[in-house]
Amino acid sequence: MSPRAPIGRFTSHWVLIPGNDIDTDQIIPARFLKTTERTGLGPHAFHDWRYQADGAQKVEFPLNQPGAAGAEILLAGHNFGCGSSREHAVWALQDAGFRAVISTRFADIFRANALANGLLPIQVEPGFHGVLVSAVPGTELTVDLANETIELADGRTTSFSLPPFSRYGLLKGVDELDFLAGAEPDIAAFESAHAARISTLAVSRSDA
Amino acid sequence: MGAAPRTLFDKVWDAHLVRPETRDTPAVLYVDLHLVHEVTSAQAFAELAARGLKVRRPDQTLATMDHSTPTTPGASRLTVVDDAARSQLDHLARNCSEHGIPLFPLGDDRQGIVHVIGPELGLTQPGMVVVCGDSHTSTHGAFGALAFGIGTSQVAHVLATQCLLQTRPKTMEIRVDGRLAPGVTAKDLILAIIGRLGVGGGTGHVLEYNGEAIRSLSMEERMTLCNMSIEAGARAGMVAPDDTTFEYLASRPAAPKGAAFERAVTDWRLLSTDAGTVYDRHVHLDAKALAPMITWGTNPGMSIPVNGLIPDPAEAKDERERESLSRALTYMGFRPGQALAGTPVDIVFLGSCTNSRLSDLAAAARVLRGNRVANGVRMLVVPGSQQVKRAAELQGLDRVFRDAGAEWREAGCSMCIAMNDDRVGPGRLAVSTSNRNFEGRQGPGARTLLASPLTAAATAVTGVVTDPRTILARVAA
Repeated sequence: MSPRAPIGRFTSHWVLIPGNDIDTDQIIPARFLKTTERTGLGPHAFHDWRYQADGAQKVEFPLNQPGAAGAEILLAGHNFGCGSSREHAVWALQDAGFRAVISTRFADIFRANALANGLLPIQVEPGFHGVLVSAVPGTELTVDLANETIELADGRTTSFSLPPFSRYGLLKGVDELDFLAGAEPDIAAFESAHAARISTLAVSRSDA
Repeated sequence: MGAAPRTLFDKVWDAHLVRPETRDTPAVLYVDLHLVHEVTSAQAFAELAARGLKVRRPDQTLATMDHSTPTTPGASRLTVVDDAARSQLDHLARNCSEHGIPLFPLGDDRQGIVHVIGPELGLTQPGMVVVCGDSHTSTHGAFGALAFGIGTSQVAHVLATQCLLQTRPKTMEIRVDGRLAPGVTAKDLILAIIGRLGVGGGTGHVLEYNGEAIRSLSMEERMTLCNMSIEAGARAGMVAPDDTTFEYLASRPAAPKGAAFERAVTDWRLLSTDAGTVYDRHVHLDAKALAPMITWGTNPGMSIPVNGLIPDPAEAKDERERESLSRALTYMGFRPGQALAGTPVDIVFLGSCTNSRLSDLAAAARVLRGNRVANGVRMLVVPGSQQVKRAAELQGLDRVFRDAGAEWREAGCSMCIAMNDDRVGPGRLAVSTSNRNFEGRQGPGARTLLASPLTAAATAVTGVVTDPRTILARVAA
């Protein structure tokens, strides 16, 4: 993936996937991780909740309902994205068209993966989360990254907070690897002051 | 004025700061050891290629094949029949060759689960920062290293710069006083801890395990403990190094030798939390009060003593918990208040980065020796590495498993993640020594009960969920 495009403000309806502690094995089951690409995972997002064993859709699952079409926001329960570190979970959600996930808490690794890819992990208070859960299906929400707010069409709004560095990078299209590469002089200085503790090359050559 | 007291975590973190964290920017943290496997690396190498970047420190990077590899006896590159898996393995081999990264491929006698081979080679050492594109990297915290899982974008960051952007986590002390009773293991302890914290309770925190119970654990037991720190949502888990750690490391290939080892031990002894340090949170458990634990639900926080009863959602503390319990009961096909002990199982899986080391196999063999796996039960024994496999064979453990009717397989992640053909099967019930009981984790529709190697082996013998202490009493008699 090349340095990314900036993210600003967008408006969309959302799709609610109920349940707390949704783990990344549900978001993208492990058998789909054999890909060597970042794309193409969208059809498998929530695969085992979305399809029967014979491949037929489970009509009751939120992503399969007509109102889900075109939704760019996923509304999810507490501790979303726990479990495996698989970044495929973020790629699958983005490939399925999502640009933001709203929850009352995100698991640490999922959150870092989301930020690295520009999928906004928007953490809100339980009260506002409840407002969204009970809103009329199809209601639209505006996500404003610059002001760190989300706003319902009826004017009800709440703020969220991303790490300042992530917010800046997402708004300006600066990516993390470019920033890290800019630390090169400091990395080189650190390495000359601290000799490597181990050598994997040496251990791989030995007949241990 | 003396320096402010610091935690073990603080000391390791501070020693790896290439750039400190500021209000606007995360810290740049140096990585000592980067472990790589086939499933989370291909896209990272592609990222480097797209930007024309090289791997900065191949000498601090080690790759192996473990997740999507077959564990059928005699498995090699040639026996990988799954085209997607084969392509992924080929990508890793090509990427490692191109960048000069040492690789222990399928068929190599040092191949194995990434979190088993790092420690057994002595690459994981106290005070290091260790990362891998795998959440169970927390395993390496057993050595007093700061070790955590990262996503593929961050794998690319480390490959290219040997550094990561990180914000400082909070610290939580888990103090476990007393000693574990016979038949109660490190696996039971960590299941009890996760049950206490909940699967999100450790979010944003690094756990430090302290207390008499922790001090008396072997290194392999400490690895089991730290391995599942992520299942409480923690960024990492750590145990301060001590003589147990140094003794484990002394003979390892990558550990310093002779006078250099003595000097290293002197430094490593400084890696403990200073008296008077305040953690952000404290949790306290009494080891003596713990029984063998088993999960009944669909996340690792849903556990009960093996002789206990499955909770009733009606007694949940809030709506959120009620909803979670109900959902798990529905998936698992269990009733509120039901006992698990005595429940027939279809599969017993002994393996995974949590419990596939020599002592885990030996514990299970102690129960299985002279016994048979019950009719109708399939038991897979999957050593964590080729080295573990050979060591077990030298002790005759493979014979014990085979004589009992269990399958003795090649090293790999196997049925923990079910990326290969090792799957439980829809609706079937497994007792597994692995780390995750999520819906479908062990294959679509699989139902998983997590437990210790002792409980798994006792269950294999009887065919129903069994308190291992009942069989251990018989074995000892």
